[in-house]
Amino acid sequence: MKCRKCGASAIINMRHHKLALCGEHYEEWVLAQTDRAIDKYKMFTRDDRVLVAVSGGKDSLSLWDVLLRLGYQADGLYIGLGINAPLPYSDASLDKTRQFVDGGQWAVGSSDDTRDASRITHHVSLFTPTLRIVDIQAAYGRTIPEIARAKMRGQGKPCAACGLTKRYVMNRLALEKGYTVLATGHNLDDEIAVLFQNTLRWQTGYLARQAPVLLASRAGLVKKVKPFCRFYERETATYALTRGIEYIYDECPHAVGNLTNFYKTLLNQLETESPGAKLSFYLEFLRARGEGAFEQFNQVETLHACEICGQPTSAPGRCAFCRMWDVSAIV
Amino acid sequence: MYNRAVQITYRDRQYETKPNITARDAIKKIGLDPEAVLVVVNGKLMTDDVVLREGDEVRLVAVVSGGNF
Repeated sequence: MKCRKCGASAIINMRHHKLALCGEHYEEWVLAQTDRAIDKYKMFTRDDRVLVAVSGGKDSLSLWDVLLRLGYQADGLYIGLGINAPLPYSDASLDKTRQFVDGGQWAVGSSDDTRDASRITHHVSLFTPTLRIVDIQAAYGRTIPEIARAKMRGQGKPCAACGLTKRYVMNRLALEKGYTVLATGHNLDDEIAVLFQNTLRWQTGYLARQAPVLLASRAGLVKKVKPFCRFYERETATYALTRGIEYIYDECPHAVGNLTNFYKTLLNQLETESPGAKLSFYLEFLRARGEGAFEQFNQVETLHACEICGQPTSAPGRCAFCRMWDVSAIV
Repeated sequence: MYNRAVQITYRDRQYETKPNITARDAIKKIGLDPEAVLVVVNGKLMTDDVVLREGDEVRLVAVVSGGNF
Protein backbone atom coordinates (compact mmCIF):
# COMPACT_ATOMS: atom_id res chain seq x y z
CA MET A 1 0.00 0.00 0.00
CA LYS A 2 1.26 3.47 -0.91
CA CYS A 3 1.26 6.73 1.02
CA ARG A 4 -1.51 8.93 -0.30
CA LYS A 5 0.72 12.00 -0.14
CA CYS A 6 4.00 10.85 -1.67
CA GLY A 7 3.58 7.32 -3.01
CA ALA A 8 6.21 5.79 -0.72
CA SER A 9 5.44 2.58 1.18
CA ALA A 10 2.75 3.20 3.77
CA ILE A 11 3.28 2.19 7.39
CA ILE A 12 -0.34 2.60 8.42
CA ASN A 13 -3.70 2.27 6.75
CA MET A 14 -6.46 4.08 8.63
CA ARG A 15 -9.51 2.51 7.07
CA HIS A 16 -11.86 4.77 9.06
CA HIS A 17 -10.23 7.80 7.43
CA LYS A 18 -9.59 6.04 4.07
CA LEU A 19 -6.01 7.23 4.51
CA ALA A 20 -2.69 5.39 4.20
CA LEU A 21 0.53 7.23 5.05
CA CYS A 22 4.29 6.72 5.12
CA GLY A 23 6.27 7.36 8.33
CA GLU A 24 7.15 10.93 7.53
CA HIS A 25 3.63 11.97 6.54
CA TYR A 26 2.11 9.99 9.39
CA GLU A 27 4.15 11.95 11.94
CA GLU A 28 3.02 15.19 10.33
CA TRP A 29 -0.59 14.01 10.37
CA VAL A 30 -0.43 13.11 14.09
CA LEU A 31 1.05 16.49 14.97
CA ALA A 32 -1.57 18.36 12.94
CA GLN A 33 -4.48 16.31 14.28
CA THR A 34 -3.34 16.78 17.87
CA ASP A 35 -3.00 20.53 17.44
CA ARG A 36 -6.44 20.61 15.83
CA ALA A 37 -8.00 18.71 18.77
CA ILE A 38 -6.31 21.02 21.28
CA ASP A 39 -7.77 24.00 19.44
CA LYS A 40 -11.21 22.51 18.72
CA TYR A 41 -11.87 21.56 22.33
CA LYS A 42 -10.11 24.68 23.73
CA MET A 43 -7.73 22.56 25.78
CA PHE A 44 -4.83 24.97 26.23
CA THR A 45 -2.56 27.45 24.48
CA ARG A 46 1.20 27.84 24.20
CA ASP A 47 1.05 30.20 27.20
CA ASP A 48 -0.22 27.43 29.46
CA ARG A 49 2.03 25.31 31.64
CA VAL A 50 0.98 21.74 30.89
CA LEU A 51 1.68 18.75 33.11
CA VAL A 52 1.57 15.44 31.23
CA ALA A 53 0.85 12.32 33.29
CA VAL A 54 3.37 9.77 32.02
CA SER A 55 3.29 6.06 32.77
CA GLY A 56 6.06 4.78 30.49
CA GLY A 57 3.42 3.53 28.04
CA LYS A 58 3.04 4.40 24.37
CA ASP A 59 0.17 6.85 24.80
CA SER A 60 1.58 9.10 27.48
CA LEU A 61 5.14 9.17 26.13
CA SER A 62 3.87 9.84 22.61
CA LEU A 63 1.63 12.62 23.92
CA TRP A 64 4.54 14.24 25.73
CA ASP A 65 6.66 13.94 22.58
CA VAL A 66 3.96 15.48 20.38
CA LEU A 67 3.25 18.39 22.75
CA LEU A 68 6.95 19.25 22.95
CA ARG A 69 7.33 19.07 19.17
CA LEU A 70 4.33 21.37 18.81
CA GLY A 71 6.00 23.93 21.06
CA TYR A 72 3.94 23.56 24.22
CA GLN A 73 5.48 23.99 27.67
CA ALA A 74 4.94 20.41 28.77
CA ASP A 75 6.52 18.82 31.83
CA GLY A 76 5.96 15.20 32.85
CA LEU A 77 4.68 13.61 36.04
CA TYR A 78 5.51 9.99 36.80
CA ILE A 79 3.84 8.35 39.79
CA GLY A 80 5.73 5.38 41.23
CA LEU A 81 3.02 2.92 42.26
CA GLY A 82 5.29 0.16 43.57
CA ILE A 83 3.73 -2.55 41.36
CA ASN A 84 6.72 -4.86 41.07
CA ALA A 85 5.26 -8.35 41.39
CA PRO A 86 5.14 -10.73 39.64
CA LEU A 87 7.06 -8.51 37.20
CA PRO A 88 9.02 -5.31 37.98
CA TYR A 89 6.35 -3.30 36.18
CA SER A 90 6.74 0.04 37.97
CA ASP A 91 10.54 -0.06 37.87
CA ALA A 92 10.50 -0.84 34.14
CA SER A 93 7.95 1.92 33.50
CA LEU A 94 10.12 4.49 35.24
CA ASP A 95 13.15 3.32 33.26
CA LYS A 96 11.30 3.88 29.99
CA THR A 97 10.15 7.31 31.11
CA ARG A 98 13.64 8.35 32.18
CA GLN A 99 15.05 6.97 28.95
CA PHE A 100 12.67 9.18 26.99
CA VAL A 101 13.44 12.40 28.79
CA ASP A 102 17.15 11.86 29.47
CA GLY A 103 17.76 10.62 25.96
CA GLY A 104 16.39 13.83 24.49
CA GLN A 105 14.08 11.87 22.19
CA TRP A 106 11.65 14.78 22.18
CA ALA A 107 14.31 17.12 20.78
CA VAL A 108 14.67 15.10 17.58
CA GLY A 109 12.63 16.29 14.62
CA SER A 110 12.21 12.91 13.00
CA SER A 111 13.32 9.34 13.51
CA ASP A 112 13.89 9.01 9.78
CA ASP A 113 17.47 9.92 8.93
CA THR A 114 16.75 9.89 5.25
CA ARG A 115 14.28 12.75 5.22
CA ASP A 116 15.08 16.12 3.82
CA ALA A 117 17.37 17.94 6.27
CA SER A 118 15.47 21.19 5.81
CA ARG A 119 12.37 19.56 7.30
CA ILE A 120 14.11 18.34 10.44
CA THR A 121 14.04 21.87 11.83
CA HIS A 122 10.26 21.60 11.96
CA HIS A 123 8.73 20.42 15.18
CA VAL A 124 11.87 20.51 17.29
CA SER A 125 11.16 21.57 20.85
CA LEU A 126 13.00 24.57 22.28
CA PHE A 127 11.52 23.92 25.71
CA THR A 128 13.52 21.74 28.09
CA PRO A 129 11.05 19.51 29.92
CA THR A 130 11.21 18.49 33.56
CA LEU A 131 10.23 15.03 34.75
CA ARG A 132 8.59 15.17 38.17
CA ILE A 133 8.47 11.91 40.10
CA VAL A 134 6.23 11.08 43.03
CA ASP A 135 7.06 7.77 44.67
CA ILE A 136 3.96 6.63 46.54
CA GLN A 137 5.79 4.40 49.00
CA ALA A 138 8.29 7.12 49.87
CA ALA A 139 5.55 9.69 50.30
CA TYR A 140 2.88 7.65 52.06
CA GLY A 141 4.66 4.60 53.48
CA ARG A 142 3.12 1.83 51.38
CA THR A 143 2.91 0.70 47.78
CA ILE A 144 -0.38 0.50 45.89
CA PRO A 145 -0.62 -3.31 46.24
CA GLU A 146 0.06 -2.98 49.98
CA ILE A 147 -2.58 -0.30 50.59
CA ALA A 148 -5.04 -2.22 48.41
CA ARG A 149 -4.60 -5.36 50.50
CA ALA A 150 -5.07 -3.40 53.70
CA LYS A 151 -8.20 -1.47 52.73
CA MET A 152 -11.76 -2.30 51.67
CA ARG A 153 -11.41 -0.11 48.56
CA GLY A 154 -8.68 -2.31 47.14
CA GLN A 155 -9.75 -5.79 48.10
CA GLY A 156 -9.76 -8.16 45.17
CA LYS A 157 -8.23 -5.71 42.72
CA PRO A 158 -6.03 -2.71 43.50
CA CYS A 159 -7.29 -0.69 40.51
CA ALA A 160 -9.75 1.38 42.57
CA ALA A 161 -7.09 2.30 45.13
CA CYS A 162 -4.64 3.01 42.32
CA GLY A 163 -7.07 5.24 40.43
CA LEU A 164 -8.00 7.25 43.51
CA THR A 165 -4.34 7.75 44.41
CA LYS A 166 -3.27 8.79 40.90
CA ARG A 167 -6.15 11.27 40.49
CA TYR A 168 -5.35 12.81 43.87
CA VAL A 169 -1.60 13.10 43.30
CA MET A 170 -1.98 14.45 39.76
CA ASN A 171 -4.47 17.13 40.81
CA ARG A 172 -2.61 18.19 43.92
CA LEU A 173 0.84 18.34 42.33
CA ALA A 174 -0.44 20.21 39.28
CA LEU A 175 -1.99 22.89 41.47
CA GLU A 176 0.92 23.13 43.89
CA LYS A 177 3.47 23.52 41.10
CA GLY A 178 1.45 26.10 39.21
CA TYR A 179 0.38 24.07 36.15
CA THR A 180 -2.75 25.31 34.46
CA VAL A 181 -3.60 22.04 32.70
CA LEU A 182 -3.17 18.32 33.35
CA ALA A 183 -2.95 16.25 30.15
CA THR A 184 -3.43 12.49 30.01
CA GLY A 185 -2.77 10.09 27.14
CA HIS A 186 -6.25 8.57 26.90
CA ASN A 187 -6.87 7.41 23.33
CA LEU A 188 -10.16 6.74 21.55
CA ASP A 189 -10.15 3.05 22.50
CA ASP A 190 -9.81 4.00 26.16
CA GLU A 191 -12.66 6.47 25.82
CA ILE A 192 -15.08 4.19 24.02
CA ALA A 193 -14.38 1.27 26.35
CA VAL A 194 -15.57 3.47 29.22
CA LEU A 195 -18.41 4.85 27.09
CA PHE A 196 -19.51 1.30 26.19
CA GLN A 197 -19.45 0.23 29.83
CA ASN A 198 -21.42 3.27 30.97
CA THR A 199 -23.92 2.84 28.15
CA LEU A 200 -24.47 -0.85 28.94
CA ARG A 201 -25.31 0.15 32.49
CA TRP A 202 -26.98 3.47 31.60
CA GLN A 203 -24.73 5.28 34.02
CA THR A 204 -26.13 8.63 32.97
CA GLY A 205 -24.17 10.63 35.51
CA TYR A 206 -20.89 9.23 34.18
CA LEU A 207 -22.01 9.76 30.58
CA ALA A 208 -22.74 13.41 31.39
CA ARG A 209 -19.20 13.90 32.68
CA GLN A 210 -17.21 12.07 29.98
CA ALA A 211 -15.52 14.65 27.75
CA PRO A 212 -12.19 15.59 26.13
CA VAL A 213 -11.95 18.46 28.63
CA LEU A 214 -12.91 18.64 32.29
CA LEU A 215 -12.85 22.27 33.27
CA ALA A 216 -11.38 23.51 36.53
CA SER A 217 -14.91 24.34 37.57
CA ARG A 218 -14.18 24.67 41.28
CA ALA A 219 -11.37 25.90 43.43
CA GLY A 220 -8.89 23.10 44.06
CA LEU A 221 -9.50 21.29 40.76
CA VAL A 222 -7.09 21.53 37.85
CA LYS A 223 -8.32 21.51 34.25
CA LYS A 224 -7.92 18.03 32.73
CA VAL A 225 -7.57 17.34 29.01
CA LYS A 226 -7.18 14.36 26.65
CA PRO A 227 -5.50 15.57 23.43
CA PHE A 228 -5.27 12.01 21.99
CA CYS A 229 -8.96 11.20 22.48
CA ARG A 230 -9.62 10.96 18.72
CA PHE A 231 -6.68 8.63 17.94
CA TYR A 232 -7.18 4.89 17.77
CA GLU A 233 -4.87 2.89 20.02
CA ARG A 234 -3.11 1.44 16.94
CA GLU A 235 -2.40 5.01 15.84
CA THR A 236 -0.63 6.00 19.06
CA ALA A 237 1.32 2.71 18.99
CA THR A 238 2.31 3.40 15.37
CA TYR A 239 3.48 6.89 16.30
CA ALA A 240 5.61 5.53 19.16
CA LEU A 241 7.18 2.90 16.89
CA THR A 242 7.91 5.26 14.04
CA ARG A 243 9.43 7.79 16.43
CA GLY A 244 11.58 5.13 18.05
CA ILE A 245 10.07 5.80 21.47
CA GLU A 246 10.94 2.95 23.82
CA TYR A 247 7.81 2.22 25.83
CA ILE A 248 6.70 -0.54 28.14
CA TYR A 249 4.99 -3.29 26.13
CA ASP A 250 3.70 -5.22 29.11
CA GLU A 251 0.35 -4.31 30.51
CA CYS A 252 -0.02 -3.53 34.18
CA PRO A 253 -0.32 -7.02 35.75
CA HIS A 254 -3.51 -5.94 37.48
CA ALA A 255 -5.09 -4.82 34.20
CA VAL A 256 -4.67 -8.15 32.42
CA GLY A 257 -8.07 -9.67 31.77
CA ASN A 258 -10.00 -6.72 33.14
CA LEU A 259 -13.36 -5.59 31.82
CA THR A 260 -11.97 -2.57 29.97
CA ASN A 261 -9.69 -4.79 27.87
CA PHE A 262 -12.60 -7.16 27.20
CA TYR A 263 -14.67 -4.26 25.88
CA LYS A 264 -11.73 -3.12 23.75
CA THR A 265 -11.56 -6.60 22.22
CA LEU A 266 -15.27 -6.55 21.41
CA LEU A 267 -15.08 -3.08 19.91
CA ASN A 268 -12.07 -4.06 17.79
CA GLN A 269 -14.05 -6.99 16.40
CA LEU A 270 -16.78 -4.53 15.48
CA GLU A 271 -14.22 -2.22 13.86
CA THR A 272 -12.75 -5.08 11.82
CA GLU A 273 -16.17 -5.83 10.33
CA SER A 274 -17.27 -2.21 10.12
CA PRO A 275 -14.38 0.25 9.72
CA GLY A 276 -15.13 3.56 11.41
CA ALA A 277 -17.55 2.10 13.94
CA LYS A 278 -15.37 3.09 16.90
CA LEU A 279 -14.80 6.64 15.69
CA SER A 280 -18.48 7.09 14.92
CA PHE A 281 -19.52 5.76 18.34
CA TYR A 282 -17.33 8.34 20.07
CA LEU A 283 -17.96 11.34 17.85
CA GLU A 284 -21.73 10.81 17.81
CA PHE A 285 -21.65 10.56 21.60
CA LEU A 286 -19.78 13.85 21.80
CA ARG A 287 -22.28 15.42 19.40
CA ALA A 288 -25.25 14.23 21.47
CA ARG A 289 -23.56 15.36 24.65
CA GLY A 290 -22.82 18.74 23.11
CA GLU A 291 -26.49 19.09 22.21
CA GLY A 292 -27.40 18.58 25.85
CA ALA A 293 -28.61 14.97 25.72
CA PHE A 294 -27.11 14.27 29.15
CA GLU A 295 -27.33 17.74 30.68
CA GLN A 296 -30.15 16.81 33.06
CA PHE A 297 -27.90 14.15 34.59
CA ASN A 298 -24.94 16.47 35.16
CA GLN A 299 -25.60 17.18 38.79
CA VAL A 300 -23.35 19.71 40.43
CA GLU A 301 -22.07 18.32 43.71
CA THR A 302 -21.39 20.52 46.68
CA LEU A 303 -17.69 20.23 47.42
CA HIS A 304 -15.90 20.76 50.69
CA ALA A 305 -12.25 21.25 51.51
CA CYS A 306 -10.66 18.17 53.11
CA GLU A 307 -9.90 18.97 56.73
CA ILE A 308 -6.42 17.44 56.34
CA CYS A 309 -5.10 18.31 52.90
CA GLY A 310 -7.55 20.95 51.66
CA GLN A 311 -8.30 19.09 48.41
CA PRO A 312 -11.95 19.10 47.25
CA THR A 313 -14.15 16.31 48.59
CA SER A 314 -17.85 15.55 48.27
CA ALA A 315 -18.40 14.95 51.99
CA PRO A 316 -17.28 17.12 54.91
CA GLY A 317 -14.28 15.85 56.88
CA ARG A 318 -11.38 13.90 55.42
CA CYS A 319 -11.31 13.20 51.69
CA ALA A 320 -11.34 9.63 50.33
CA PHE A 321 -7.58 9.75 49.76
CA CYS A 322 -6.74 10.84 53.32
CA ARG A 323 -9.15 8.25 54.72
CA MET A 324 -7.66 5.44 52.64
CA TRP A 325 -4.06 6.35 53.40
CA ASP A 326 -4.83 7.20 57.08
CA VAL A 327 -3.36 10.64 56.57
CA SER A 328 -3.77 12.63 59.76
CA ALA A 329 -1.52 15.56 58.90
CA ILE A 330 -0.53 17.10 55.61
CA VAL A 331 2.52 15.51 53.99
CA MET B 1 6.17 -27.14 8.78
CA TYR B 2 6.96 -25.40 5.52
CA ASN B 3 10.15 -24.99 3.52
CA ARG B 4 11.42 -21.48 4.24
CA ALA B 5 8.32 -20.70 6.22
CA VAL B 6 7.46 -17.24 7.48
CA GLN B 7 8.39 -16.84 11.13
CA ILE B 8 5.93 -14.84 13.21
CA THR B 9 6.52 -13.61 16.75
CA TYR B 10 3.70 -12.32 18.92
CA ARG B 11 4.47 -11.43 22.53
CA ASP B 12 6.62 -14.39 23.62
CA ARG B 13 5.13 -16.91 21.20
CA GLN B 14 6.45 -18.17 17.88
CA TYR B 15 4.32 -19.13 14.90
CA GLU B 16 5.04 -20.32 11.38
CA THR B 17 2.96 -19.85 8.29
CA LYS B 18 3.31 -20.60 4.62
CA PRO B 19 4.62 -17.80 2.41
CA ASN B 20 2.71 -15.81 -0.21
CA ILE B 21 -0.23 -14.81 1.97
CA THR B 22 -0.95 -11.36 3.31
CA ALA B 23 -0.03 -10.42 6.84
CA ARG B 24 -3.73 -9.80 7.49
CA ASP B 25 -4.58 -13.38 6.55
CA ALA B 26 -1.69 -14.70 8.64
CA ILE B 27 -2.90 -12.68 11.64
CA LYS B 28 -6.38 -14.15 11.28
CA LYS B 29 -4.95 -17.65 10.87
CA ILE B 30 -3.24 -17.53 14.22
CA GLY B 31 -6.43 -16.30 15.84
CA LEU B 32 -5.72 -12.61 16.32
CA ASP B 33 -7.73 -9.56 15.36
CA PRO B 34 -5.94 -7.47 12.69
CA GLU B 35 -7.23 -4.36 14.45
CA ALA B 36 -5.35 -5.27 17.61
CA VAL B 37 -1.81 -5.70 16.23
CA LEU B 38 0.76 -3.84 14.15
CA VAL B 39 2.92 -5.64 11.59
CA VAL B 40 6.71 -5.34 11.55
CA VAL B 41 8.35 -7.26 8.67
CA ASN B 42 12.12 -7.67 8.75
CA GLY B 43 12.31 -4.74 11.15
CA LYS B 44 10.05 -2.39 9.18
CA LEU B 45 6.55 -1.27 10.11
CA MET B 46 4.16 -2.17 7.28
CA THR B 47 0.47 -2.22 6.47
CA ASP B 48 -1.20 -5.60 6.82
CA ASP B 49 -1.84 -6.04 3.09
CA VAL B 50 1.86 -6.84 2.63
CA VAL B 51 2.45 -10.28 1.10
CA LEU B 52 4.77 -12.35 3.28
CA ARG B 53 7.64 -14.00 1.45
CA GLU B 54 9.84 -17.00 2.19
CA GLY B 55 12.17 -16.34 5.06
CA ASP B 56 10.44 -13.15 6.25
CA GLU B 57 10.66 -12.46 9.95
CA VAL B 58 7.44 -10.95 11.19
CA ARG B 59 6.83 -9.37 14.58
CA LEU B 60 3.28 -8.57 15.61
CA VAL B 61 3.07 -5.74 18.13
CA ALA B 62 0.01 -5.70 20.38
CA VAL B 63 -1.54 -2.24 20.34
CA VAL B 64 -2.90 -2.63 23.87
CA SER B 65 0.05 -2.24 26.18
CA GLY B 66 1.68 -0.16 28.82
CA GLY B 67 0.34 1.83 31.69
CA ASN B 68 -2.89 3.64 32.20
CA PHE B 69 -3.38 7.33 32.82
